[in-house]
Amino acid sequence: MNAPASLQPGTASLLAVWRVRAAHYGAHLLPVALGLAALTVIPFSTWASLTIAGVAMGVIIFIMAAGLGLVFGLMNILNFAHGAFITFGAYVAAAVLARMSGWTQADDAVLNLLAFAACGAAAATVAGVLGYATERIIIRPVYGAHLKQILVTVGVLIVAEQLVPVFWGGVPVPVTRPALLRGSILIGQVAVERYRLVAIVTGLLVYGGMVAVLARTRIGLLIRAGVQNREMVEALGYRIQAVFILVFVAGSALAGFGGAMWGLYHELITASLGSEVLVLTFIVIIIGGPGSTSGAFYAALLVGLTANYVGFLAPKLALGSNIALMLAILMWRPTGLLPASRN
Amino acid sequence: MGLRRILDGILSGEKIGSRVLAWVLLAVVIALAAAPFYVPGSRGLAAAARVCIFIVLVASYDLLLGYTGLVSFAHTVFYGFGAYGAAVALKQMGPDWGALILGGGIGIVSAVILALAIGLLTLRVRNIFFSMVTLAVASLFLVLASQLSDLTGGEDGMTYQVPPPFGPATRLGTWLGVPITGTVLAYYAVFVAAVLLFLGMLRFVNSPFGRVLQAIRENDFRAEALGYSVVVYRSVVSCVAAGLAASAGVMTAVWLRYTGPNAVLSFSIMLDVLLMLVIGGIGSLYGAILGATVLVLGQAYLQDLMQLASDSTQAWPLISALVHPDRWLLWLGIFFILFVYVFPTGIVGRLRRK
Amino acid sequence: MTPPAVGVARAESAANTRALLTLEQVQTHIGRYHILHGVDLAIPEGEVTMLLGRNGAGKTTTLRTVLGLWRASAGRIVFGGRDVTHLATPDIAQLGIAYVPEDMGIFGGLTVRENLILAARSGPPDPERLRWVLGLFPPLERFWGSPAGVLSGAQKQMLAIARAIVEPRRLLLIDEPTKGLAPAVVNQLIGVFNELKAQRTTILMVEQNVMLARAIGDRVAVMVDGCVVHSASMTEFEADADVQGRLLGFSLGGQA
Repeated sequence: MNAPASLQPGTASLLAVWRVRAAHYGAHLLPVALGLAALTVIPFSTWASLTIAGVAMGVIIFIMAAGLGLVFGLMNILNFAHGAFITFGAYVAAAVLARMSGWTQADDAVLNLLAFAACGAAAATVAGVLGYATERIIIRPVYGAHLKQILVTVGVLIVAEQLVPVFWGGVPVPVTRPALLRGSILIGQVAVERYRLVAIVTGLLVYGGMVAVLARTRIGLLIRAGVQNREMVEALGYRIQAVFILVFVAGSALAGFGGAMWGLYHELITASLGSEVLVLTFIVIIIGGPGSTSGAFYAALLVGLTANYVGFLAPKLALGSNIALMLAILMWRPTGLLPASRN
Repeated sequence: MGLRRILDGILSGEKIGSRVLAWVLLAVVIALAAAPFYVPGSRGLAAAARVCIFIVLVASYDLLLGYTGLVSFAHTVFYGFGAYGAAVALKQMGPDWGALILGGGIGIVSAVILALAIGLLTLRVRNIFFSMVTLAVASLFLVLASQLSDLTGGEDGMTYQVPPPFGPATRLGTWLGVPITGTVLAYYAVFVAAVLLFLGMLRFVNSPFGRVLQAIRENDFRAEALGYSVVVYRSVVSCVAAGLAASAGVMTAVWLRYTGPNAVLSFSIMLDVLLMLVIGGIGSLYGAILGATVLVLGQAYLQDLMQLASDSTQAWPLISALVHPDRWLLWLGIFFILFVYVFPTGIVGRLRRK
Repeated sequence: MTPPAVGVARAESAANTRALLTLEQVQTHIGRYHILHGVDLAIPEGEVTMLLGRNGAGKTTTLRTVLGLWRASAGRIVFGGRDVTHLATPDIAQLGIAYVPEDMGIFGGLTVRENLILAARSGPPDPERLRWVLGLFPPLERFWGSPAGVLSGAQKQMLAIARAIVEPRRLLLIDEPTKGLAPAVVNQLIGVFNELKAQRTTILMVEQNVMLARAIGDRVAVMVDGCVVHSASMTEFEADADVQGRLLGFSLGGQA
């Protein structure tokens, strides 16, 4: 049978395809645009180290935000306890590094990297376990009751924050970077902190890994579909509940790992670390669009860069600038830069 | 039955729903009204004033949480607007009524405007965005208050004088054996303000506007279909709540003669409010009265108990650290979680069920 | 509102074909609203049953209750001999039920290809079958790698139906597939459904489009106020203008 005109791919459809692609690339370019704009007011060598700092901070925030965003997009649960996973991740990492001082002080690159990997793995494991416990004990009883679930996870965050001084004392805890990751190297005229480079590489690996899993695997497909329309995924015969638990635990583990990296970045951690960073992760999720991993990545880069550029130009406005950024994007694109849910 | 009609009128028809509750509320009101006359020392009166202020703060938060279903973390920001507005004016312009009214007024109006902005911006997307943005805004203002130290006194806050009748120097003689000082007058100003504001809230939730809110809470799709813009209604409630919180801030500024980030903006105050509401009962304004009373009394006397417990368990450092009064928030948090699970309707809910 | 003895209808169909799906006095509450007031329905295997009724009668709710998207508060639902009343949606779907919802349920951010891969639960779609499906809906092949969100309304509907048939299923639950579609497209869909009929696919379809109903329906069940009040074969129903007028508010213009 001949397909009538209404079934041909009309110009309207092609335009729609291109609009989707443009939105995608537009979001990618925003951090670049920001960087270029900053270059006009900041001298080059300062700009370079600020940019590296911003990107490093950004990818670490991304690692912490990614899990939260997916959980939010998938099950509409805003898990404040996520901040607790971050805090505990940082403290566990600090403790592990302190114990492994033999390896971290050594001049051996392999030992250094192993120590780094070990503290990251420990942080991720502890946070993952805490995540599983939180999902089973705290969140499951109040599924669907959004109000109660926010309240309860806020309670968990507060309790966790209060438990930190009980276990680790009330003073800020220093985090010792392994010898290899200390100090800076010189690239041309610019001094670049070694750790920041490592952080950027690690962050890119995590991002790449997540994108690959989401795009290439069946479970990634389920997650992406579930973020858009959970009910339909169940109607197709998949137990999205099991997928959700997996995402929740993975997200919590990532939070712990991010906490460890954040601790290494700032070299000093306090009990309120998690709740402070939680605000940044919320900003990232709102800007990037809930449930969208790429959105979170570019939003995190924006937030990291903004914090560093503004921190240099007008230190008092640093936090405010990120909030202003979030409000601006909310006004322009209420659903975020690259929203995943398109219902 | 004339008495009942009068009572109904005062309470704008908001049912108490339980005989026990009615007596308890009456007891609390009488206790607060007569506080200066039987409470020994200034600590007791301070606790009573704290109860009055928190009643306003918590009840206004209930308008958001209980009547509209919105979780806001910025309530303390609006509280802070009122407190700092009044404080800065009193400090810069001297201790007179003009300064107080101007400063307090600016604080209240700014709170309302900020609440409107946040509401309109976030509620058209998702309610949860509202919560996230309020958290961000709260963090922002906490930092700002410390940073703008020239204006706000920074981390340490600022002290100032209050208008003449409330100043410590006033002495209006003695009554029933208690000297009527400026402090006592200030207390009654706070008490009366709390009563009026609370009754005003009762009127608000029982007004036609309040009934639409009820409909929205039950089924917002249907309300929208009937032509009520849910976003606008929710934003308006947010503004009303913000204005009331700011008013509570002005009350605090006058009572304490001091304003600082820890006193008004900190997250532990936010948690206090949440806990008071959850314990008292969400969705019924009377819960605010109960919750405020229970928690303030608890805080005043339990912290001493905790110090005692901590000292006596020195032999087991972990336990000692756990019960140390510095960990007050830990137990508050645990209590809070338990209440959300086990007593989601709070004390009021339990009493009403009987 | 007492439903007539639908046992009559059940006895009839049982004589000819087995009932693949039966609903017995099914009630559904959504929040405070009592939508289904005791639905009795028997869907014979291998036939197309049309669920008719005015807006708000509970047709969509019935489909959703069968699939477990909404919990039945009373009554029994039996599918292929199994009691599925209290099973979770994924488990019910895995018994061989496909669902095409009123809003089509397309994953706009996923490509057409990914939508179909997801629908093929037991692994990669069988190439033969896929070719047949794409043959029924040529535009899907054209937009194979594009995000499904850019498809037109008609194309999305095609994708929704394609997903339901990319693997053989025992029962298709279809909710208003022709809503908002041009007549030419509706005609095309009639052709598709006729092909499915030729393969003895069991279908329960909610439809407002009378022409489509008459073209492909074997049986009719009419719902009013949350109950099935009339159940008959399509030929009987077409002949009874009186019943049509009473229940649907208009006549099918049937042949007497």
